[in-house]
Amino acid sequence: MSAGKLRIGYIPLVDAAALIVAVDLGFTAAENLDIELVREVSWSNVRDKLNIGLFDAAHLLAPVSVSSSLGIGHVRVPIVVPFNLGLNGNAITLSPRLYSALSGLADGDIADPKVSALALARVVAERKTRNAEPLTFGMTFPFSHHNYQLRYWMAAGGVDPDEDVRLVVLPPPYMVESLTSGHVDGFCVGAPWNSVAVDAGIGRILHFGCEIQARMTEKVFGVRESWAIEHPDTLAAMIRALSAAANFAEAPENLAAVSTAIAGRLGVTPELVGRALTGNMKVAADGHLRLNGRYLNIGKNGAARPDPVQAAWIYAQIVRWGQAPLADESLKLAQAVFRPDLFDAAVGAPQPLGPDEPGDGIGAFIGPAFNPADIAGHLMYWRIKHPGRPRLSLVR
Amino acid sequence: MTGTSKPSLRDHRSRAGGTAAESFDLTETRKGSDSSSPGSQPQGGQRDSTLKIVIVDESPIRAAILEDGLREAGFTQVQRIAETHNLLARVYAIDPDVILIDLESPSRDMLEQMFQMSRAVKRPVAMFVDQSDSASIQAAVDAGVSAYIVGGLKKERITSILDLCISRFNAFARLQGELDQAKDALADRKVIDRAKAVLMKVKKMSEEEAYAMLRKTAMNENKKIAEIAQSVLTAAEMFK
Repeated sequence: MSAGKLRIGYIPLVDAAALIVAVDLGFTAAENLDIELVREVSWSNVRDKLNIGLFDAAHLLAPVSVSSSLGIGHVRVPIVVPFNLGLNGNAITLSPRLYSALSGLADGDIADPKVSALALARVVAERKTRNAEPLTFGMTFPFSHHNYQLRYWMAAGGVDPDEDVRLVVLPPPYMVESLTSGHVDGFCVGAPWNSVAVDAGIGRILHFGCEIQARMTEKVFGVRESWAIEHPDTLAAMIRALSAAANFAEAPENLAAVSTAIAGRLGVTPELVGRALTGNMKVAADGHLRLNGRYLNIGKNGAARPDPVQAAWIYAQIVRWGQAPLADESLKLAQAVFRPDLFDAAVGAPQPLGPDEPGDGIGAFIGPAFNPADIAGHLMYWRIKHPGRPRLSLVR
Repeated sequence: MTGTSKPSLRDHRSRAGGTAAESFDLTETRKGSDSSSPGSQPQGGQRDSTLKIVIVDESPIRAAILEDGLREAGFTQVQRIAETHNLLARVYAIDPDVILIDLESPSRDMLEQMFQMSRAVKRPVAMFVDQSDSASIQAAVDAGVSAYIVGGLKKERITSILDLCISRFNAFARLQGELDQAKDALADRKVIDRAKAVLMKVKKMSEEEAYAMLRKTAMNENKKIAEIAQSVLTAAEMFK
């Protein structure tokens, strides 16, 4: 394999935008890189093929880059992240039935996650009194922000995600079908699947991921640490190509070209892709729109530069939900996965972030500002028994 | 690799504390499966027939080929799951020792949930957890299959299952390849026959002459006869 030839695994989702645009619109070719993008069907496959060297790099769930590097739930393979494929991009979608149940019990505007979380707690309590089956929610992987965002939201309202509801892993293409069949009552997934559910009339988007946390590194460009060490020049060229592609993808005048390229890889219409890219999302079958410029950020708001605070946040969620014990050593390892130094070396020092960006780098809708130096304090906060917020079984 | 991953699994277990009843301690799980087969034979012998194996594969033919192979090898408790609906619940109900899954199945991610502490009944271990035998892992991935194995099973016992699985998956791929080739050949044949008919009609040729012309043109242009035949048909369509 020549130095500039790379096999890169990805899952067909809009948040692979920077990667798809880099390859399909000529940015990698301009860096003399010969890329084979390999479409995969499961995150497990992407992770395993990256781990054993069948892929040089991959479109990864950000939490998988951390769990893989720490060896949580799986074999330990150190991964480095020199480039973020984007911030945010998920949404929580409910069946129309659950949505109206929540609306009926909401004390305020249901578009506010504080209000909707309390409404969910009321629905859950009401179901318990009549011994109804617990509500079931779909998410894409145990180590994913889909999992963590659902949990963060529910727990804020006093719903214990491990005791009061069921969370099930579902591959994104099965989400819509599972909502239709009633197998799940809602889900958290990336684009375009929420929009597909809305268009089919079987789902209503309740919250964008960016309403749960304003800045969340959703997907990353990950490589094995050993590969990064052996191929520094190829990696730098790849970062430059991705960076150019991410900037291109954010320019409004390129929307049509970018949507078309991504749609071609995903097998959906460019219009569907465009909704996620612009953040102008149809949230209900009646055509109701909600616009949020943070819905999915690829090249703007410093989205592409890896931030170790994000890795620490991921680690905090891993610990909060009982996937690993808290250890300083693990926190250090987790933060070292995200490599702003590699990013800066390839494309130069970053622009300072704008004044609207959250001070703690996360911007969660509830809870104290996140301090990566005090994960224990973050977890302690969630242990406090607020009224209507029971002890969470896994946080002892 | 193994050395670094296993301690962390142990950490989970010791931390799990209160859920000891449904612990996924590797040793305990092994005890559990041993006690379910009392008077067990020396390892690798009769006892293997008691292993519960689940095959998750959306291709019914390949799953059947694999099941046959496993049964021939003496494994009597083999079940197939083709439907992915409620996959995890069904896997838990069967409570298998080994799960074999097609790598092209998106449901693989559902199985990963079995690794979660709060859920596990018996704690399964992905084949990839033990990277000491990277050649066989590579062979499995190339063949398109992955295995989840309940902790505590001896590696040698798994290797024979995995080897069988790899060879059956490869055999299926070969069959599929031959079938595709045969289909292509048949399709080519139809195109050539139609092109011959066009030439015979337009150029008043015999069948032999028409075929000879196609073949000669193909040789001159360094193309396949079927490709030339397709060009003849396309041209004929345009001149209609």
